[in-house]
Amino acid sequence: MAAISREEVAHLARLSRLAVTEEELDTFAGQLDVILQAVAQVGEVAAADIPPTSHSVPLTNVLRDDVVVPGLTPQEALSGAPDAEAQRFRVPRILDEDVAS
Amino acid sequence: MTTTLPAYDEVVARYEPVIGLETHVELGTNTKMFCGCPTDFGGEPNTRVCPVCLGLPGSLPVANKAAIEATIRIGLALNCSIADWCRFARKNYFYPDMPKDFQISQYDEPLCFEGYLDVEVNGELVCIGIERVHLEEDTGKTLHVGGATGRIHGATESLVDYNRAGIPLVEIVTKPVPGTGALAPEVARAYVTELRDVIRSLGVSDVRMEEGSLRCDVNTSLNLPGEDWGTRTETKNVNSLRSVERAVRSEIIRQASVLDAGGRITQETRHFHEDTGDTTPGRSKETATDYRYFPEPDLVPLAPDAAWVAELKAALPELPRLHRRRLQEQWGLSDADMQSVLNAGAVELIEATVAAGATPAAARKWWLGELSRRANETGVELADVGATPAQVAELQGLVDAGKLNDKLARAVLEGVVAGEGSPTQIMTNRGLEVVSDTGALTAAVDEAIAANPDIADKIRSGKVAAAGALVGAVMKTTRGQADAKTVRELILERLGAQS
Amino acid sequence: MTQTDLTRMTATQIAGLVATGETSAVEVTRAHLDRIAAVDDRVRAFLHVDSEGALAAAAEVDARRAAGEELGPLAGVPVAVKDVLTTKGVPTTVGSKILEGWRPPYDSTIVQRLRAAGTVMLGKTNMDEFAMGSSTEYSAYGPTHNPWDLSRIPGGSGGGSSAALAAYEAPLAIGSDTGGSIRQPGAVTGTVGAKPTYGGTSRYGLVAFSSSLDTPGPCARTVLDAALLHEVIGGHDPRDSTSIPQPVPDVVAAARLGATGDLTGVKLGIVSEFVGEGAEPGVMAAFRESVDALTKLGAEVVEVSCPHFRYALPAYYLIAPSEASSNLARFDGVRFGLRVGDDGNRSLEEVMSLTREAGFGAEVKRRIMIGTYALSSGYYDAYYGQAQKVRTLITRDFTAAFEQVDALISPTTPFVAFPIGARTADPYQMYLADLFTIPTNLYGGPGISVPCGLSDGLPVGFQIMAPTMADDRMYRVAAALESVVGTFTPPAL
Ligand SMILES: [Mg+2]
Ligand SMILES: [Zn+2]
Repeated sequence: MAAISREEVAHLARLSRLAVTEEELDTFAGQLDVILQAVAQVGEVAAADIPPTSHSVPLTNVLRDDVVVPGLTPQEALSGAPDAEAQRFRVPRILDEDVAS
Repeated sequence: MTTTLPAYDEVVARYEPVIGLETHVELGTNTKMFCGCPTDFGGEPNTRVCPVCLGLPGSLPVANKAAIEATIRIGLALNCSIADWCRFARKNYFYPDMPKDFQISQYDEPLCFEGYLDVEVNGELVCIGIERVHLEEDTGKTLHVGGATGRIHGATESLVDYNRAGIPLVEIVTKPVPGTGALAPEVARAYVTELRDVIRSLGVSDVRMEEGSLRCDVNTSLNLPGEDWGTRTETKNVNSLRSVERAVRSEIIRQASVLDAGGRITQETRHFHEDTGDTTPGRSKETATDYRYFPEPDLVPLAPDAAWVAELKAALPELPRLHRRRLQEQWGLSDADMQSVLNAGAVELIEATVAAGATPAAARKWWLGELSRRANETGVELADVGATPAQVAELQGLVDAGKLNDKLARAVLEGVVAGEGSPTQIMTNRGLEVVSDTGALTAAVDEAIAANPDIADKIRSGKVAAAGALVGAVMKTTRGQADAKTVRELILERLGAQS
Repeated sequence: MTQTDLTRMTATQIAGLVATGETSAVEVTRAHLDRIAAVDDRVRAFLHVDSEGALAAAAEVDARRAAGEELGPLAGVPVAVKDVLTTKGVPTTVGSKILEGWRPPYDSTIVQRLRAAGTVMLGKTNMDEFAMGSSTEYSAYGPTHNPWDLSRIPGGSGGGSSAALAAYEAPLAIGSDTGGSIRQPGAVTGTVGAKPTYGGTSRYGLVAFSSSLDTPGPCARTVLDAALLHEVIGGHDPRDSTSIPQPVPDVVAAARLGATGDLTGVKLGIVSEFVGEGAEPGVMAAFRESVDALTKLGAEVVEVSCPHFRYALPAYYLIAPSEASSNLARFDGVRFGLRVGDDGNRSLEEVMSLTREAGFGAEVKRRIMIGTYALSSGYYDAYYGQAQKVRTLITRDFTAAFEQVDALISPTTPFVAFPIGARTADPYQMYLADLFTIPTNLYGGPGISVPCGLSDGLPVGFQIMAPTMADDRMYRVAAALESVVGTFTPPAL
């Protein structure tokens, strides 16, 4: 059976902010299914008591001193902006409510 | 809606509220959480940014040691355990004020956990359980243009400034607080007040709700006695201590009206409105995005060793509640008197005034009397009324030295508040000093006697009470700068009458 | 000497001539810019050639030398930089349309160190979009062609850097290796590619694909050149929290030691899981011959089993996409890069989605969606979480193996350069190219690919894997092998 449905792929695309086309959905659904079936092999490994590895370097407490260092000028900061106004980054109207931090 | 809301007392008589508070505090570090950009307020848009806090491709975060220590100190002050190993996590969601479209936060491994904070509500101690204290980064500021009053709805476009993006943000989450009954709103307010005082005493943040360096979300649910806790709502945008109280109260009433009507509470985010004092629904949690938390691979784990934590613990200041107890004893105040001092927000001011040499009684008299009155009139915080503890102490010193009487002292205080200088300067500049030299006084008295022969005769014939009229006359000519008692004695003496 | 002579030289030789003044950095740079002009329309190794910047940098080196300044061991040597590293004021696209025309306001640490060492950056090389691929066919700017056979792929994602070396457009290049993107292109172009220990080279300014795996590293035509470049770019960087605060292992001395051809006392382990199935016969033949050669040099070679390596590929294709789905979120058309569909009516959400749809290629979208899926609540434990446990087991396999041997060896990639288009239909077939290189990335240790022979006239790569922070070991073995099999020259273009 398929690991992922066309609907699930459409949902993933929305979550990922990708305006995929109908044709893409068809191709992706098939391709993601192949990939997910293959990567699901990790489930064959008995690893219940194995700790996960998120970092391969054995470092902890890498901290910087609370000292100001020069950053970018506003011109540099905005140099790559697709649209700017009043020294701010301009974006189209926002639908979503802000999400709490 | 037109349905009339039930009365609060009637509601809390039938339902049991459970509250919980989630507080965000901006730390007062020199630099941001993960880069060396300054955190100072104001400043032109996008002038405190770098590749890291702009989330430019290729940039990497490095954690600010001062922010980590501040968070551990807050945790210790809230009686929390400090994790001996924990990681940052990425909270993934798209929003333009978040430069990386994920927030570096902490998920199931908070830096501090399992603590409590005792708060006093009319003399009673309430223990608020602290679930977690963790560290994350703040977002930028979005300006909504077009549409009404800068609101997001109806806006035609938005403008983003990333100066605030990446400022260290400490999140403090309480455990659910049941069993407070009708006091729930007061308890919520008392907790936030106490938390603010604790954090201020640590000196890690200016914790000003108006400026958003302390933000509060309030969770509220209702249940019938003996039943399970109800569905909770999360009220955001609660920006003052008073609002915390009002938000809980209005949400309790709203939920009761829904439940009474046989409806069910939906788990949702609601927004509090200062003007109306009620809440309106925001995003409902059912439709909330899946944040897809995972360990931040660009930052290595934190592992505060015992020695480091012990060092920070040893340096903690006295907790505000205990500090207040000590002051109350030192000042010899009743609980009621201390309460009025607290309500006036005058503890630190009186403390400083006493330290500057005034007696506790005198310091309290000025701050709770004349100055509180002025603060109320002008609608400012007592601390911002315009007089410093040092000036008040100096003023009292002049009174004790007999250079000012009560009336003159108040006049001088006027000048202080008006910013005319130090009490001594104002006294001299305005020539308000008590006339103590009897030569001048005697002259004034003789003048008054000569001007009122009949009254003088009455006094001579023993009608001492009549002296009041002459005293008045003398005070008039000396523009109130004489000491009335001295004047009276002088009159009787000149007229050979016995007092 | 002629321009051709200059472009055929090793970095070591060029630096020597510049130091003695027998040639100038400007002459050397001109020679390589001319070579690029002559052949790159067929090879397509470069996305951007910075002629002015290069000549200016070269002139500065010559001036410093004239002023009697002490120059570094690579001063005046041209270098090609993979377009994954930010270069201040110089276009940086990561092979993606979404960053077309972006000129970063800052330099990556590696590029800073290259400048400080007096090397001369020729330009930015082609790559699979966001380093996701094994052939550079997934570059938004078209594929790079393998100088050994222009109809074939140069490997990926760093195919541009390796092709530039094989085509004599540059003597040195920088790559980045997340699952084999330095070693596999090295293997199929007959050049040397080294993936340092994770944390041994700074990621600051490396546009992230998979943060816990990405490792920038050196590419060259000889092992010694690679070691010299490794030494220049390596070492601790306080701007990268995962950077190891230790000095770079003495890789240059190790390369020189290896070049003496003596491996007495060195114990090597063949990963048995990698010689059984998967690799083409021609690849295995060249590998076997090289093993015999190493034995003759005094090395003891045994077989070592790493039972969990067979799960490395699936684990990698969960961990890397998961991190990528988050790392690539910032490409939203707000602060930099492409914006599509902002017609004044559409909402930000629509514009973001249209921008990412138009800006990302199919492979990038696939991986973003796979990663989003693997991190979703409900799937996290079975996919991302389980993959991280497998990562632990693979690390344990390495640790156990290195208790028995000094280094592990295998073919670098199962097959030689395949024809362009041969594997694009089935994404998973492309993934197999990294079968032998991926375990090292999950473990975090160093690995190097060195040419070891030809199969049907196409280069075969030999991989040496060492323990973390023992990068010097792999350089010694690689240099020893090179001293026997020599270097390989592609047919003239
Ligand atoms: Mg938060
Ligand atoms: Zn910054």
